Amino acid sequence: MKILALVKHVPDATGDREFADDGTVDREGADGLLSELDEYAVEQSLQIRENSDDDVEIVALTVGPDDAADAIKKALQMGADAGIHINDEAIHGSDALATSKILAAAVQKAGADLVVCGMASTDGNMGVVPAMLAERLGWPAATFGHTVSLEGQSVTIKRDGDTAAQTVQANLPAVVSVTDQSGEARYPSMKGVIAAKKKPVDEWTLDDLGVDTAGIGLEGAATKVTDTTPRPPKQAGTIVTDEDGSGANALVEFLSTNKFI
Amino acid sequence: MSQVLVVVDIHDGHVTKPSLELLTLARRIGEPAAVVFGEAAGVAETLGKYGAARVLEANDPAIDEFLVGPKVDVLTQLVEAESPAAVLLPTGLDNKEVAGRLAVRLDSGLITEAVNIEEGAATVQSVFAGNWTVSAQVTRGVPVITTKPNTVAPEEAPAAGAVEQVSVSIADTSKGAKVVASEEKQASGRPELPEAAIVVSGGRGTGGNFEPVEALADALGAAVGASRAAVDSGWYPHAYQVGQTGKTVSPQLYIANGISGAIQHRAGMQTSKAIVVVNKDPEAPLFELADLGVVGDLHTVLPAVTEQVKAKKG
Ligand SMILES: Cc1cc2nc3c(=O)[nH]c(=O)nc-3n(C[C@H](O)[C@H](O)[C@H](O)COP(=O)(O)OP(=O)(O)OC[C@H]3O[C@@H](n4cnc5c(N)ncnc54)[C@H](O)[C@@H]3O)c2cc1C
Ligand SMILES: Nc1ncnc2c1ncn2[C@@H]1O[C@H](COP(=O)(O)O)[C@@H](O)[C@H]1O
Repeated sequence: MKILALVKHVPDATGDREFADDGTVDREGADGLLSELDEYAVEQSLQIRENSDDDVEIVALTVGPDDAADAIKKALQMGADAGIHINDEAIHGSDALATSKILAAAVQKAGADLVVCGMASTDGNMGVVPAMLAERLGWPAATFGHTVSLEGQSVTIKRDGDTAAQTVQANLPAVVSVTDQSGEARYPSMKGVIAAKKKPVDEWTLDDLGVDTAGIGLEGAATKVTDTTPRPPKQAGTIVTDEDGSGANALVEFLSTNKFI
Repeated sequence: MSQVLVVVDIHDGHVTKPSLELLTLARRIGEPAAVVFGEAAGVAETLGKYGAARVLEANDPAIDEFLVGPKVDVLTQLVEAESPAAVLLPTGLDNKEVAGRLAVRLDSGLITEAVNIEEGAATVQSVFAGNWTVSAQVTRGVPVITTKPNTVAPEEAPAAGAVEQVSVSIADTSKGAKVVASEEKQASGRPELPEAAIVVSGGRGTGGNFEPVEALADALGAAVGASRAAVDSGWYPHAYQVGQTGKTVSPQLYIANGISGAIQHRAGMQTSKAIVVVNKDPEAPLFELADLGVVGDLHTVLPAVTEQVKAKKG
């Protein structure tokens, strides 16, 4: 049984995130890390292995520039067995359509019974790549799970859906995505950090994938960013320190001045 | 005029507000044709009132039995038949995925979480926790766009709202993810979080007691929200979480109580029109966003506010 955990390297959300001149996310000016939401994907993959009687191999897969190797490294430290890094100049500026196309080719080349994704990348925050990948592979997708369980050739997730709490079942091979409600991701142990150094990481280019490159890269993108503007700094508001009800009075006055009551 | 396919969400027999907003936005691009998954009879009148010339009813049991796939089949067939100028969907877990899969099938550009749509299907998005505004345009295929709630005020524009049955054929491969159990969420009796004009929310500073937060919300007719710290502590259900991994809200007024203001929380509320912050720590970062900040204990401030609000409202 082989699990591919899909991990993305993203600019740190707690730092300043910017756009480059070409309208793409600035990945060079910012400190990057494994998207926190993809740690949950690695964690759930590890738990599936721990709860399984079969041999389970976990491979962390990323599409991204040189720095994205750090995302793989973190996944290996957490306990994944191997990594695959798809890295090619031509990928820069790819949109979700292209990313899903590259990932689909990589999944096909690597082979997998189950692909585990995060719920969304913390930079693009689209939350669509797992479904788009599944569409390309012709596989079912059980997404936004807060609980994942595997039984034989079937995977079941529980999700907090739009209007209902749902249980969703799909037969393997399948794509699942997991939320930050799925249980805290473990920290790498000292042993894990040392072991990670010896784990194999394959680097593949688009050529290696043999993928048709139409639509890949900034030129091929089906969407075009025409403008990016930073939010103007917020005007400093009024700050009241509550003493003998002055805080409540100020709040009530604010509500009536602004016609909320 | 060209057609614009607008997927509308029906909840408890009513068209959701974000769906009505979308009909308003759609008119900037072309003539809205509303797509209803399920029974359309009860909602056709409303849809017509807000500008839907046609109401395309796709009613098939597979739509509820399987995640996403059947809806994608319906929309693919509709796009082929109608050659619309765009396909618009209100955001949501399922709609985003419907949009993603549809974009793959059509090899069309996809834009998610737009906060505005202009003529020619140009979009505006608010990204990086609301710190940047991005304008974008689909350059290939039929634009597929999802929008956040509270984009525009829905405007009435009476149209026929004529119901047409869509005959759907759903492929076996679209029935891969089976919904084996489904339990409707309990209504809170308060306004829906993403649609509410006022949101009163509580964080770790509530210490687990949401009573003062709920009481103020009820006095104001507001929705209740929670930070992830409050949700993770089991104090409030996840469905009410505001932030990056919860709901995005953009109300007229957001009142945050005992919430420090982490970037992931801001991501869900930064675009609120007015922001009030109650926190006993004057250094709490959320004060940076406050139009009014009250440094104080929420357990004394909120009940006093609630009492005065009730007195004023009589
Ligand atoms: C990938 C990722 C996704 C995340 N998604 C979200 C998300 O969607 N939503 C979200 O909210 N967070 C999210 N978080 C978590 C976020 O980083 C913060 O940890 C969280 O928002 C903190 O919640 P809080 O402000 O309630 O708690 P704290 O940061 O602990 O703040 C509590 C505040 O309450 C104040 N306080 C205490 N007692 C009182 C009192 N009696 N009266 C008044 N004030 C008082 C304190 O001064 C403090 O400022 C996410 C984190 C990650 C890594
Ligand atoms: N470049 C990438 N490399 C590997 N996985 C990715 C990449 N982009 C997205 N993913 C996966 O898809 C999920 C959703 O991403 P998104 O749709 O971009 O929000 C992420 O949590 C990852 O698991």
